[in-house]
Amino acid sequence: MSAIAQAPGPAGQTGQPKQPAKATGAQRSAGTTVRVIRQLLRQPAAVFGLAIVLIVILVAIFAPLLTPYEPSSIEWGNQITPKSVPGPSAEHLLGLDSFGSDLMTQIVYGARQTIVVGVVSTGIGVSVGALLGLIAGGIGGWVDTAIMRLMDIMLSIPALLLAVSIVSLMGRSPMAVMVAIGVSQVPIFTRLLRGSLLGERRRDYVLAARSLGLRRPGIVTMEMMPNAAGPLIVQATLMLATAVNSVAALSFLGLSTSEPTAAEWGLMLVKAQSRLVSSPLLAFAPGCAIAITALGFTLLGEALREQLDPKSRPR
Amino acid sequence: MIRFATKRLLQAVPVLLGLVVLVFIWVRLLPGDPARALLGESATPAQVERLRAAYGFDRPILEQFWMYLQRLGRGDFGTSLTTGESVLDGFLRRFPATIELAVAAMIFAVVLGIPIGYFAARHRGSLLDGAAVGGSLFGFVVPVFFLAYILKFIFALKLGWFPTAGRQDPRINATHYSGFYIVDGILTGEWDAAWDAVRHLALPAVALGAIPLAMIVRITRASVLDVISEDYVRTAKAKGLTRRIISRRHVLRNALLPVATIIGLQTGALLAGAVLTETVFAINGVGSYMFNAIGSMDYPVLQACILFVALIYTVINLLTDMSYGLIDPRARLS
Repeated sequence: MSAIAQAPGPAGQTGQPKQPAKATGAQRSAGTTVRVIRQLLRQPAAVFGLAIVLIVILVAIFAPLLTPYEPSSIEWGNQITPKSVPGPSAEHLLGLDSFGSDLMTQIVYGARQTIVVGVVSTGIGVSVGALLGLIAGGIGGWVDTAIMRLMDIMLSIPALLLAVSIVSLMGRSPMAVMVAIGVSQVPIFTRLLRGSLLGERRRDYVLAARSLGLRRPGIVTMEMMPNAAGPLIVQATLMLATAVNSVAALSFLGLSTSEPTAAEWGLMLVKAQSRLVSSPLLAFAPGCAIAITALGFTLLGEALREQLDPKSRPR
Repeated sequence: MIRFATKRLLQAVPVLLGLVVLVFIWVRLLPGDPARALLGESATPAQVERLRAAYGFDRPILEQFWMYLQRLGRGDFGTSLTTGESVLDGFLRRFPATIELAVAAMIFAVVLGIPIGYFAARHRGSLLDGAAVGGSLFGFVVPVFFLAYILKFIFALKLGWFPTAGRQDPRINATHYSGFYIVDGILTGEWDAAWDAVRHLALPAVALGAIPLAMIVRITRASVLDVISEDYVRTAKAKGLTRRIISRRHVLRNALLPVATIIGLQTGALLAGAVLTETVFAINGVGSYMFNAIGSMDYPVLQACILFVALIYTVINLLTDMSYGLIDPRARLS
């Protein structure tokens, strides 16, 4: 926190690493995982975030058990008038939406779409980004320069526009949205992993591994990666929150589907716009669902950061 | 300083060049024939043939790229599929609206964000601090367009304090020179027109400014916390300087350096965020231009908007880096 407290940090770490330098990366990370989880469960904000995330995931998995209706069914369409839609009732806990679908069912199934698209896209972002970062940081030289320049170019296009241009190549589909969000996340992960690999390069355990005769690919993947993975995990969790918002933004822009009754939170917000005065619940239900899901991932990510990323400041 | 600036400028050149290459490739990857993609479904075979010859789609790829660069150099970015208007004209006509919105959003974020972040850090652990940290979390997780809805619902539709859409009441017969409605109103002395434009801008600016506000609060707070425990602040206290001088000369001046970077980065991002905000408030700016282009897959417009926005984004980042070098001499050395 303070300069005095921080000063011996980086210098002291190389001299006296907390974990024994002999332990392999895998052993070290197994011990760390248990420690991190134990400490996370002591923080109220982390537990709250974790609870939200688990609830949303459970809702996504068990969606068909939670509601008796089909998400795209518009069988109550005859109850919809241009002026009003039926509000909450015993049959329809949140009422109907403007097409005559059950709002609650749409929200529940929307969790499915959000979680699947969010997790898959962040998965693409992390894996492609980490691979490129590994290559850039591990090989170095012109390969590093070439990859990092490409990342600079990708970062010069705002993420939302980058995603839009990818969807226009692939056509409107959930798959295109996953790839689009994933690709727009790639530069962030590439930069992050490359940066931490470069930082690890001068550590004692790398020198030790080298003097034991390990070759560079082995050192980078087996020894350096586990040490550099912490910030990557933290960033991935935080990016999930961003992805939840991006999924909504892209379906708000009409890029994820051409099906007007699809259960997507972003799409539901678009449909709610014209009935904002008469039925605000149509907008508030999906809007809150997006915000709460993003909040869960953010709280979890920030708590993880405090545990895994020693460079982070107390907040 | 000049050396630092030149070096940074030269670094931006390959990025911009790469961007042009990327957009060039993107057009060629679009589904179907590129000439057909750029002309739309309704084009006649003769039109497609003409564009194919003009753009050289039948020639070697490098020659095509050279022709593309020449067209860009002439300021020819193609014509919109839906309106037939030159994309450059369409963009420039809408640009003032978006700049006005982005600047207003940034002013909102900076004017509120820095004091909130500062006082939160100074009173760490207090109720104010908790509210600032919690509030900034809210700014991060609530989608921009949902926030726009909430503001529109409460302050425009329910309370009626602000207009719901547009940039100015058409009944005010305002004179426009620059396209910046507020500036126009002030320059012509039409105060009612300027005030009306401000009222129209308020809600969209708050919606768009929420994310930068949250970021500025967080960064300012973290940065002030860092700085107040520095040795030189303790020295300043020991010298008997007043709290006000310490906070202005020693704390804020150093703490605001990272904030400057965020302001620069976020200003660029606001241009993309405007896509969502402008749509909700029916502002005819670059954002809704892009939104409509996305809806109708108007590739020439999308292509040009991506180029322009990325160009502006890069220039803003460049300026931020340079200002950083200007404020902090240490940055020039690294």
